[in-house]
Formats: sequence, C-alpha cells, structure tokens
Amino acid sequence: MKTLFDRVFGGKHGLTSLAVLALILLAILPLSLDIFRLNLVGKYLTYAFVGVGLVLLWGKAGVLSLGQGVFFGLGGYCMAMFLKLEASDPISTKIQSTPGIPDFMDWNQLKALPAFWEPFHSFPFASAAVLVVPALLAFVIGLAMFKRRVGGVYFAVITQAVALIVSLAIDGNQGYTGGRNGITDLRTLLGHDIRSQQAQYVLYFTTCVLLIGVILLLQWMLSGKMGKILLAMRDREDRVRFSGYDVSAYKVFIFSLAAALSGIGGALFVLQVGFISPSLVGIVPSIEMVIFTAVGGKLSLYGAVYGALLVNTGKSLFSENFPQLWLFMMGGLFIAVVVLFPNGVAGIWQNLTDKTSRWFAARRKAPATAPAVEVNVPVSLETETSKTP
Amino acid sequence: MTTSQQKMFAPLHTLRRAIPGLMLATSLSLQAADYPTASVNTTGLSITETTVTVGQLHSATGTMAISETGSIQAEQLAIDQINAMGGVLGRQIKVIPEDGASDWPTFAEKAKKLLVNDKVATVFGCWTSASRKAVLPVFEKENGLLYYPTFYEGLEQSKNVIYTGQEATQQILAGLDWIAKEKSAKTFYLIGSDYIWPRTSAKIARKHIENKLGGKVVGEEFYALGHTQFGSLINKIKLKKPDVIYAIIVGGSNVSFYKQLKAAGITGENTTLITISVTEDEALGIGGENLVGFYSAMKYFQSLDNANNLAFVKAFKAKYGEKSVIGDVTQAGYLGPWLWKAAVEKAGSFDVDKVTAASPGLELTTAPEGYVKLHPNHHLWSKLRIGQWKTDGQVKVLYESALIEPDPFPKGYQ
Repeated sequence: MKTLFDRVFGGKHGLTSLAVLALILLAILPLSLDIFRLNLVGKYLTYAFVGVGLVLLWGKAGVLSLGQGVFFGLGGYCMAMFLKLEASDPISTKIQSTPGIPDFMDWNQLKALPAFWEPFHSFPFASAAVLVVPALLAFVIGLAMFKRRVGGVYFAVITQAVALIVSLAIDGNQGYTGGRNGITDLRTLLGHDIRSQQAQYVLYFTTCVLLIGVILLLQWMLSGKMGKILLAMRDREDRVRFSGYDVSAYKVFIFSLAAALSGIGGALFVLQVGFISPSLVGIVPSIEMVIFTAVGGKLSLYGAVYGALLVNTGKSLFSENFPQLWLFMMGGLFIAVVVLFPNGVAGIWQNLTDKTSRWFAARRKAPATAPAVEVNVPVSLETETSKTP
Repeated sequence: MTTSQQKMFAPLHTLRRAIPGLMLATSLSLQAADYPTASVNTTGLSITETTVTVGQLHSATGTMAISETGSIQAEQLAIDQINAMGGVLGRQIKVIPEDGASDWPTFAEKAKKLLVNDKVATVFGCWTSASRKAVLPVFEKENGLLYYPTFYEGLEQSKNVIYTGQEATQQILAGLDWIAKEKSAKTFYLIGSDYIWPRTSAKIARKHIENKLGGKVVGEEFYALGHTQFGSLINKIKLKKPDVIYAIIVGGSNVSFYKQLKAAGITGENTTLITISVTEDEALGIGGENLVGFYSAMKYFQSLDNANNLAFVKAFKAKYGEKSVIGDVTQAGYLGPWLWKAAVEKAGSFDVDKVTAASPGLELTTAPEGYVKLHPNHHLWSKLRIGQWKTDGQVKVLYESALIEPDPFPKGYQ
C-alpha cells in the first residue's frame, strides 16, 4: 500500500521531476529573465493547465478532445467579465451615452447591463464560475457523447465543432460579449493594478504554485484506483465495461475535470495578458494546445508543462528573429518531435533515465555470471506507448 | 535584446538645442550633431548618434497577411525615402519588424516587446480593430506611440495613437450626401459583415439617412465574417428594390458577394451600389469585371491625378513591381512615417510626450492623397472621394469633397 506521500509526489522518481520543475519555474526563470519575458512565461504556463488536462484526457483516458480552447476561453471570459465590470465604473466611463456599462455595450447601443452579467460584479462568483462554467459545459457534452458511446475520431470531430460554434456565438453577439475584439482594456483586480510589474510577479508565482498544486493533485488521483481504471479504459474499454465499471461516468468526470483545469488556465491568462477574445476559443488554439501536449509527451503531466513552454518559447523567439520564416521553423519542430520522439520531451527524459538506470544496474550486475538477459520487467502501464489516436 | 545604446552620451555643449526657430528653418538639412542624443532622447529610447530604432507590427502571416502587406510595404517605402533624405534629426531609421501573425494576443506580446525590450521610438502597425484594441492598453501603459493606418469605426481617441485612416463619419456622411443627391435616392439597403466596424458604420449611415437625408432604410443585414452564401439576401434586395445598396462586407466574403450579385443580374448598369469596404486591394481579389459601375467611397484611390500621387505610385511600383496595386489603407500607412518625422522635427525631440504634443496642427502637403492636417483628436482632416469601378480594377474619380474634420465621437450619431 502506497503512502499518501508516495501517491502525491509519485515516489523518488516523481520527487526528482517535481524538484526540477520547481527549481526551473520558481528560481532559475525568475532570476534570469526580465519581467517582460517572465510575464510571457507566465502566459505560456496558463496553456500548461490545458496541457495537464489533455494528458489526463488523451494520454491517460484515451479521449482526444480538439475543443479544449472552449473551456480555456470560457474560464477567461468569466474572469474578464469581472475585470471589465470593475474597469467600467460610472466615473471612468462618463463619456459614454450610458455610463457604468462596459464600453463595447455602449457602442452596440445597449442601455443596461444584461442580466447574465450582473452576478459577475462579485469576485467569489466570478472565481467559482471560472471552474464551474467550463466544467458544466463539458459535463453536458460529455453526458451526451459518452453515454451514447461516442468516442475516438467522432468525439474529436464533435469537440472541434463545439469550438467553432462557441467562438462564432461569442463573435456574433458583440453587444453581450465584445464580439471579435473581445473584452479588452482590463486594468485592476480588486483595486490592484494588474499591469504593474509587481502584480506581474505576483501573478507569475501564483500561476506556478497553482500549476504545481494541480499536478500534485492529479498525481494523487492517478496513483489510485482512478488511474488504473483510466488506463484500462484506454487500452481495453470493453473489458472494463464488462467488469462492471461505468465507463461513461469516468469519462464524463475526466472530461469535466480537464475542462475546469482549462478554465483556471484561461482565467490566469486573462489576468496576465489583460484581455480575451474569441480567437482564443476557436479551432486553431484548441489544436495548438493539443500540439503543446504532444510535444511535451501526452503521457506525462510534467511533459505537458515543458511542451507548453518549449513550443511557445520557440514561437516567440523564432518569430522575433525570423519574421519571414518562423512558421516553417515551428512546422519543422513539430514534425521532428512527432517523428523522432513519439512520446515527446517526456519520452526523451524517460529514455535517458531508463538507459542510465539500466547502465547502473548492468554495472552492478557485471561481476555476476548472468550476462545479457535483459531484465526489463517493470514497464508500468505508464511507460507503454498508447495505441489510441 | 536590451539596448544600452541610449547611454552613449553626446558632447556637452548643446547651446543650440533649444532654438526651435532655427530647427524649423534648417529642417531640410538637419544634422545629428545639432541634436545630441542626450537632449533629444530623455526617456531612454533606443537612439544613437546615427540611428533611431522604430518598430513595425503587422501580420506577415495568417489570414490578415494579405491585407496588411500593403501597409508593411508602404511604411517601408516611406522609411527608405526618409533615410535617403538624411533621416530624422540626422539619424537613419532602423526598423524592427514584428509579426502579429493575425493573432491578437501575439499583437499584444509583440507590442510590449517593442516598447519594453527594444525601446523603439515609435511603432507603425496594426490593421484590424481587434489588434488595435489588444495593443492599446500596452501603448498607454508603457507610453509608446502607434501610427495606425486603417479606416475604422471611431469611438476611440488615445494620446498614444495617431490614426492616419478615416474614422467612420469621414467616410460615410459625404458619400451618402453625394449619392442621395446624384441619384435622388430615398431608400437604402445596408449590408455588412458582423463585427464592430460595419455595425458602427451602418448605425451612423442609418442615422444620417433617416435624420439628415429624409430617406428610409428598407433593410439591414449582417453576415458572419467569411460568409459566402448571399442567395437569400439577393432575393430580398430584388423584392425591396432599394435605390441604393450600401455595402460594408469585408474580407473573403466580398468575392462571393459581388460574384453572386453579378450572377443574379444586379450590376452597375441597373443598380446603384456604394461600398466603403472595397479598395484596389480587394478589387484585385473580386475582379474588376464584377465591380464595374459600382461606387466606392474612400479618401484615396490609386488613380488620383496629382503630382504627389504620381510620384508615390511610381516609387511604389519601382520597389514592389509593376503589378502591385495601392489601396486606401496602403496610402494611409505611407503617411505614418512622414507624420512622425514631421512631429519629431517640430518637437526637436524623440520623446513620445513631446512628439504627441507637437502633432496637432501638423500639415503634410506631400501626401499622395493631397493635403492632410492632424487634428488635436489625433485623427487626420481628409477629403472623401467617390470612385466608380472599371474593368481593370481601378476607379474613375467622380467626386471629391472639401476637407472633412475628423470626429471620432459624433454627436447625434451614437
């Protein structure tokens, strides 16, 4: 029986991964980067929340969603609505024909705040909505899909359609949502200027701590029965069903959980970037987030973080230094990772650690007689390449 | 990439630095030595004795690249010409291009990078309203300066932005007046893409039609960006028989819209259609044969017949090829660097606050569109022209208004 400590931190191996990540995020990056770059890293880390959700959903449970941008966006919109209302006090909006409502509503001839905006005056409500709204939508979609045993490619296509529908719905209702421009010009959170350097440091560290917290929570969850069932579901769904487990209930739960995590990421994104728009909800960002996860390694929670960091750093640096060529370079990076390292960055790490430990094991065994019998038993389900799409 | 170049100090004796009269008098042969870096750059911008760094922030990739390329080229042309003339305050302009990639968060990121890391003296950039809205808080927070080239919906005025395109009323009102008089039009059908610019423009047009012209709006429809099926709309138009179709369709939708109109027999010969969203750039995609006889209301057309414009068109084609076309926004992009140069020289400084303070009242007599003047509200006084499309994708200019005052918050139109 594993102890709680082992379950949360994932044993000695997990402890090393955690220490490395914490060292990079909490010490190396803040000490070596200026606040502009650090703020960018903070932004990339918000995508990592979607990434760990996708590891759970795609890597562990074998359900590929191409619509995670929706949940990221909804979380972001919930936070942005609160911030926009705070920025739209009657004094700073006095040049509008209706002071006290967000500027884009005024431009669209709205005379009063729509009812669904009202509760977003309250910070606790908005914070809860960041989690609940995405989770609720995922719950409804999940219930509709998984109960009917829709899976695989069909599910992926449907989630993509959802991404398109939601982004069009936001786009088309500009009086209520800010339309294509999105919700912009967000200034303060509970009176604190979110654009100041100090606030950006605070937000960066908040993002790091929340992200690490989420990873530990998921490790705890996956190390128990839940983790086993998810893997079993991924590899032989029918056998799990025949054993008496309600497969769809597990899938709905995981899908909703991944959505809530994406929502947290979206809210933190809004706080650090200062706006949200439907372009973050649609198909392209949803697929990009899957790519981050693939690059990081879809089986590893830590890999998802490195994937988001690596891809986005590449994007920023390539596009700064090679404005004409950067898209080709990104394409090259994706192809290289998928072809050479199907398990992503985490796979490379895994290979390295496996090789070194085997090497050490071999050395220790060297004096003994049994020479070349490959003792490669441990292969936990985790390290096995998934066959699902 | 932080620059420490701004720390290079200039010679100490700077007696001549505060004699504005002298600066203006000698503005054609400004020498850097007359303007030591320490005195023209008190806010730590990336400026040396020989160069000044500026940023350019457009979409070079993604869906907007096709529209923004013209602005990128025109800005680059203006900068080359200014450098050939000796630069700004004796300093050559060095450009850092950044790709907004048609993605609004990327625009915000790059704007911040240009202002915070590269410490550029100004930025020429953005195209869509959404990208401008995304970078606006960055420019205001970091006190940067942006020259924005696109005609847009108005309802905005920032001390950190100079708008070189028209705000909505400058493009709409005079055009409606002209068409109402010329065609004795009473009924109008408004058609637009569904986002803030067409919506605001349609609102202004409706108020003008109903309150000033005594006409009637018989239909108003908006379609999602990228919409391509206009069959039902065309049926409604045939049913309502409006005197004028007022079109504010943008992007790819334009191509299907005009092709389908033509296929349905609605052409310039039998129908009056005026648009504020088709420039020579769009005409290239739509095809002149699908536009023949329709009207566009813009402040600039490539076919304007004046010495400034002939020289501009010639220089543009020499640099970018004989086949390149120049639309309204491209010309507005070209104005940016020239307006900035004029403002810097008037201020005798690159400091953003001084440059913006010197901007109101600036005149540009060399603009391809003729003469423009910068209003205290940071928009340009400009004329409106009505052009009628020909098969070659160019227009015949039929009408030219007087200079129109920019009014981004028009009373009675909100």
